[in-house]
Amino acid sequence: MSNVSLVLNGRSVSAEVEDRTLLVHFIRENQGLTGTHVGCDTSQCGACVVHVDGKAVKSCSMLAVQASGSEVVTIEGLSDGADLHPVQAAFREHHGLQCGFCTPGMIMAATDMIRRHPEGLDEKTVRAELEGNICRCTGYHNIVKAILAASEAMAKGGKGAAKAA
Amino acid sequence: MYQVNYHRASSVEEAAKLASQGDARLLSGGMTLIPAMKTRLAAPSDVVDIARIEALKGVKVSGNTVTIGAATTHHDVAGNAELKSAVPAVADLASHIGDPHVRHRGTIGGSVANNDPAADYPAALLALGATVVTNRREISADDFFMGLFETALEDGEIVTSIRFEKPEKAAYQKFPNPASRYAMTGVFVAKSKDGVRVAVTGAGDNGVFRASEIEAALTKDFSAAAVEGVSVSADGLMSDIHASAEYRANLVKVMAKRAVAKAG
Repeated sequence: MSNVSLVLNGRSVSAEVEDRTLLVHFIRENQGLTGTHVGCDTSQCGACVVHVDGKAVKSCSMLAVQASGSEVVTIEGLSDGADLHPVQAAFREHHGLQCGFCTPGMIMAATDMIRRHPEGLDEKTVRAELEGNICRCTGYHNIVKAILAASEAMAKGGKGAAKAA
Repeated sequence: MYQVNYHRASSVEEAAKLASQGDARLLSGGMTLIPAMKTRLAAPSDVVDIARIEALKGVKVSGNTVTIGAATTHHDVAGNAELKSAVPAVADLASHIGDPHVRHRGTIGGSVANNDPAADYPAALLALGATVVTNRREISADDFFMGLFETALEDGEIVTSIRFEKPEKAAYQKFPNPASRYAMTGVFVAKSKDGVRVAVTGAGDNGVFRASEIEAALTKDFSAAAVEGVSVSADGLMSDIHASAEYRANLVKVMAKRAVAKAG
C-alpha cells in the first residue's frame, strides 16, 4: 500500500491505495468521479484522458502513485459551476457527440490540444492530434468542428483561454 | 495486474540500489511497462520510478554534440527548439511516436531500453551512430541493440542519456500500421563526414538493423534515385498478418527513398 496525495480539480485529496491501483480507478472508485471513462483499457481509445500537471495523459496507463504530488484535472474540473468550459459548450453547440462515452476524453484532449497550439488550429492538425482518441459514433466530423470552434472562441475571449488548465 | 511494490527514486544512485532488489523493473514513462503489467506479460515484484529524476531530463545541444536525458519525454524532445534547429529529424521522429497523450509520458530512455522491434528511436540511434550512456559505461548503438527487446544492458544498469553528433543531413520516414500506428517499416537515413548510415526498424525479424546495400548506394550518390537500383532482400524480414517479408523489403526501399528526399 502507498499513500497517494494529489490535487484533484483544485482540491487536495489523500488516500492509502494498493501500489497497483491505476490512476483512472483511483479517480473513479476512490474519489467517486466517474466522468473519466475506461474504454479499451489498453491505451488506445483515450476515454480515460485527464490532465496531470497540465498535460493530457491516459489515466489507464499510469499508476495512481505515479501521480502522487501532482495536480490532476478531470472532466469534472473544467466547468465553472453551471457555466460550461468553452470546449464543452462547443461540443454541445456543434453536436460533437452521440453516445457520449468518448466525450470526456475528447474534451480533455481538446483542451490540451488548444493549449499547445496558441497559434490556432486547422482541420488537418486537429485530426492528427486526435490520434489517441477513438469515437465509434460520430465519424469525428462534428468533434473536429467543435474543437476548431472552441479554439477560435478561446483565442477571442482571453478568459476562456486562461481557464483551459 | 499482479501486486507490485512502487518506489520513487530521487537520484540515479538510489534508483540503482532500489532496482537491485527482488525482480525489480525500472519505470520511466510506463507507456509499455504498465500496459504489459496490466496484461500480466510483465510481473515485476517492484517498480522503481525514475521519471522525476531531474538529472535525467532535458536536451542539450553543445557545438555539434546533442545529449538527451533518458527521462526526457517524446513531447519534450519533439518541442525542443535547439534540437529542432540542430537535428530536426530526431525532433520530427519524436513528434510521430504514439499519440499526444503517450508522448507526454513516454521517454527516450524507456524506448531505447525496451528495444521494441517496431519502435522509432532505435533506428535514429543506430543511423546516427549514437552513444547510450548508462550509470556504468558508454555503449555504442552498434553494440547496444541485440535483438527483439534485447539490449546490452546488464541487471541494474540504467540508461542515463543518449548522445550523438549532429549529422550533415538526416531524415526519418515510416509506414505506420493503419490500426496500431506502429512502424511497419521505418527508415532513418543519416549522412555525416564518416559516411552514410541507414537503419531500419519495424521490418527485421531480429529488431533494428542497418541496410548495408542502401548505405553503399547512397555513399556513392546521396539521392533517392540511387536507392531505386538497390535490391533489398526479404531474408531476415518479418512476415505477419500486416505484411509479408517481401512487402516489407519493398517498404524499406520506399521509405529510404522518401527519407533521402526529405533529408535534401
